[in-house]
Amino acid sequence: MAEMQIKPITMNFGPQHPAAHGVLRLVLEMDGEVIERADPHVGLLHRGTEKLIEHKTYLQALPYFDRLDYVSPMNQEHVWALAIEKALGIAVPRRAQYIRVLYCEIGRILNHLLNLTTFAIDVGAMTPLLWGFEEREHLMGFYERACGARLHAAYFRPGGVHQDLPDDLLVDIANWAKSFPAFIDDLETLLTDNRIFRQRTVDIGVISKEDALSLGMTGPCLRGSGIAWDLRKHQPYDAYDEMDFDIPVGKTGDCFARYLVRVEEMRQSLRIIEQAIENMPAGAVLAEDNKVTPPKRGEMKQSMEALIHHFKLYTEGFHVPEGESYTAVEAPKGEFGVFLVADGTNKPYRCKIRAPGFYFMAAVDHLSRGHMLADSVAIIGSLDIVFGEIDR
Amino acid sequence: MTDNDLIEAAEPGLPSLASLADMAEHLGDVGGKPVLSCSVSGDEIEIRVAAADIPQILATIRDDRRAGFTQLIDITAVDYPERASRFDVVYLLLSMRNNMRVRVVASVAEGQAVPSVTPMFMSANWAEREAWDMFGIFFAGHPDLRRLLTDYGFEGHPLRKDFPLTGHVEVRYDDAQRRVVNEPVHLTQEFRDFDFLSPWEGMQREIGKSDKSSDSNNPGE
Repeated sequence: MAEMQIKPITMNFGPQHPAAHGVLRLVLEMDGEVIERADPHVGLLHRGTEKLIEHKTYLQALPYFDRLDYVSPMNQEHVWALAIEKALGIAVPRRAQYIRVLYCEIGRILNHLLNLTTFAIDVGAMTPLLWGFEEREHLMGFYERACGARLHAAYFRPGGVHQDLPDDLLVDIANWAKSFPAFIDDLETLLTDNRIFRQRTVDIGVISKEDALSLGMTGPCLRGSGIAWDLRKHQPYDAYDEMDFDIPVGKTGDCFARYLVRVEEMRQSLRIIEQAIENMPAGAVLAEDNKVTPPKRGEMKQSMEALIHHFKLYTEGFHVPEGESYTAVEAPKGEFGVFLVADGTNKPYRCKIRAPGFYFMAAVDHLSRGHMLADSVAIIGSLDIVFGEIDR
Repeated sequence: MTDNDLIEAAEPGLPSLASLADMAEHLGDVGGKPVLSCSVSGDEIEIRVAAADIPQILATIRDDRRAGFTQLIDITAVDYPERASRFDVVYLLLSMRNNMRVRVVASVAEGQAVPSVTPMFMSANWAEREAWDMFGIFFAGHPDLRRLLTDYGFEGHPLRKDFPLTGHVEVRYDDAQRRVVNEPVHLTQEFRDFDFLSPWEGMQREIGKSDKSSDSNNPGE
C-alpha cells in the first residue's frame, strides 16, 4: 500500500460544552484520539472590566470584582480593598480584619467545593456535585446573612467591611464548621480511593516545578507541583499572620495531586475559620476616616458634617494619591493581583487585574499535548477555571 | 534552566525594608548599563529600562543567583497619550526565594516593537497577546501574536485612552440575513459621564481663597 499523509483532524470543543466550565472554545488538532495542539479561544465573556473601572470612582469599581471569579466573590473584593488601603495608608480595625479572614476562608471552601465536585462530574462521578452544592447553600446562606447577597456581596470596603455581623451568625458558622469535616470525609470516600477517578487523574497533566514557575502557575496548581508557596504565609495581609495553618503540598504535579491539595486546603480553611471565630475581637468594623468611609446612618440624621461627608463620598468619592502599586492576595485559585495606577483623582488611571485562571488557561496547550481527548477534560477540570476572571 | 535551589520558597514572613533596598542596589548593578533607574517605593522595587533591553534584563535577574526572579507574574501596559512614547510596558516578577517583587518598566512609542520574552517565560505568551490586543503594542519574535480577548474581526485597541467606553460597533442578530451582524453603535440615550471632580475641586479652591480660615474648618473632626 502506498504511503499516505493523513492530515490531523481539527475539532471544536465548546463553547457550549458542559465540561468547558463556561464559555471556552477549544480548537483541538487531533491525531486520531491524541491531541497534537490545543488552541483555547477565550474572550467570549469579555466585559471590559478594566476599561469600565477607569470610568468609575474607586468605590463604584468594587462590585466589578465580585463578577470576576463569581465562585468566591469576597476574595476578589479583598484585593481591591487592600490596594486602596495601601495607597491611602489607612489602617483597618482588628475586628474587620478577622471578619475578612473568616469570609475569605468561607469563599475558599465555596470555591473548592465547586471545583472538586464539577471536576468529579467531568470525569464521571455525579454524586459529589449533588452533595457539594448542598454545602454551598449553607455557605451562601452565611454570605447572605452578613451582607444581604448570596453571590455579589460588595461587603469588603476600603477601611473594613460594610456592616457588622448579625447576632448568632458566628455561632451558626462554628456549628457548621464542626459538621463539615464529616462531609469532607464522605467526599473522599467517594473519590480519593475510587479506581475510576484515579485512572482518570493520576499521571494526567503533570506540571514539573520548572514548568509551574515558567507557566505562571499559582495557588493549588503550583502547590500541587511541590512548591510550598502561599501568599497568606509569605506575604501575610490582614490577620493571616495570627492564624495557625499549614500549606498542603503535592508531590506529583498531576491532576490527582491538585485534587488532594484542594481537599486538604478545605480542612486548613476550617482551622482558620475556627480560630477566627474563637479570637474574634470586639470593636468597630470600619475605619473611622470620614474622607474614605461613610458615616453611620444615625449620625447623618444628627450631624450636618456627616451628611456632607456622605454626599461627597457617594458623588465625588475619595481621592487616591498619585502612584503605582501592585497588590496581591491568595485567592482560592491562586495569586489574584491588582496593578493600580492612581493619578491623584477620584478614579483609577489604570487598573490591571491579574487573574490566576488566565495563566491556567494559557497552560492548557502545554499540558494537553500528547494526551487523549478525554484527558483534556480532566486537565481543564483540575486547573480550576472560571471564565469570569479569565475574560474580565 | 533554573537551579533547584532557586525554586525553593522563602521562609514565611515579609522581607525587611533594608533587604529591599539592598536588592534594589544589587539589581541596579547586576544588569550593567541597561538599567536607567532603580527605586524602592513602599515594598516594591521598580526598574526602568529601554524597551530593547527587556529580554536581557529579565534573563539577568532570573538567572542571577542572588536575585532569582524566576516567575513572571504579569505583563501589562499603561497608556499616556500626551507623552511622546505613549505606553509604559510593565513586567511584574516574583522571586520566591527572596520573597520579593520587582516591576520592570519600559517606555514604548506607538508602533515601536518590544522584543518578546515568550522564549524565556511561557507565561509571557498570553500576557503579550493580551497587551497586543488591548493596547496594540507589538512584540517582536512572539510565536503567535493574535488577538486574545476581543471578538473575531475586532478593530482597534480598547484599553487605549482614546478608545471610547461604548466602543465603535455593536452586534445584533439580523433575522433577514439569519446571522449576527456588526453595526455602528447607536445610543438610544446620550452617553452620560458624570464628572464630579471639577466642580467640587473648584469649590474647594474658592473657599480656600476666601476669608474663611482653614484651621477652624476641618470637617474631618
